[in-house]
Amino acid sequence: MRWIWIDKFVEFESGRRAVSVKNVSMAEEHVHDNFPGFPMMPECLMIEAMAQTGGILVGEARDFQEKVVLAKISKAVFFDYVVPGDTLRLEACMQSIASEAATTSGRITRADQLIAEIDLMFSHVDQNLAGKKFPEDNFVFTGLFTSLLRDVALNHACPESQKTESGQ
Amino acid sequence: MTMSRDEIFEKVQEVLVDALGVDDDEVTADATLMGDLGAESIDFLDIVFRLEKAFGMKVPREELFPVEGLLNSTDLVSNGRLTDKGLAELRARVPHTDLTEFEKNPDINKLADLFTVNAIVNYVASRLNAA
Repeated sequence: MRWIWIDKFVEFESGRRAVSVKNVSMAEEHVHDNFPGFPMMPECLMIEAMAQTGGILVGEARDFQEKVVLAKISKAVFFDYVVPGDTLRLEACMQSIASEAATTSGRITRADQLIAEIDLMFSHVDQNLAGKKFPEDNFVFTGLFTSLLRDVALNHACPESQKTESGQ
Repeated sequence: MTMSRDEIFEKVQEVLVDALGVDDDEVTADATLMGDLGAESIDFLDIVFRLEKAFGMKVPREELFPVEGLLNSTDLVSNGRLTDKGLAELRARVPHTDLTEFEKNPDINKLADLFTVNAIVNYVASRLNAA
């Protein structure tokens, strides 16, 4: 996942659920045009953020050995605008996983307000080749994405007594 | 689990409406998954996952869609059509299906048309009865 669109994971239960955070900034140039005078995060990029959250949850469940690609958007419902300055919390829950594919259900919230519900399906692409060839190296999970897991890794290493209220 | 055929059909219908984004009146017993309901290859897995949840049982993909496994082999598929070897394999896997029409033009895109909503209902009914 070379294009990183979420900022970090804050919770990660292997094979079950993952929670990431995305901070929306006026420094992101696309919001200048979407729309002039009313900058807001495009809904398709909320789907991308959920795809990265769910995709890493799916990838980690198979120890990042599979090339996980988004195969299907089963559901995408949006309840409110997202604007620069907002912090989004993206929660993806594993619904099913098999050798060829996995499905996740997801919720995006801002504070406690529900922003979107996004259900996705991912393919383990090497298991669905239909005669096509892909590179042997895993082009999906490159080194960069592991930095997203820095905080959850720290949480595992941090003794209970040293955790703050936010869990950091 | 005891369920009537109508109850099974209703649940299968719900699964297909959710998986394929179609209306429930489109999901008739004779509707073909790919031709009538627009299913693509990834949808077959989605249907398997949803059936597992709906009926609380493990559904081996190759049992429900026995021909799908053919598609991943270059031996059996060439230029989007089943090879002679692929056709022989298909005959072995679906012995009760009339393949006369399909054999005239063994385009893999037509393969899933061999499968209807009824085929899924039959499969689920046989599994539930065997349990």
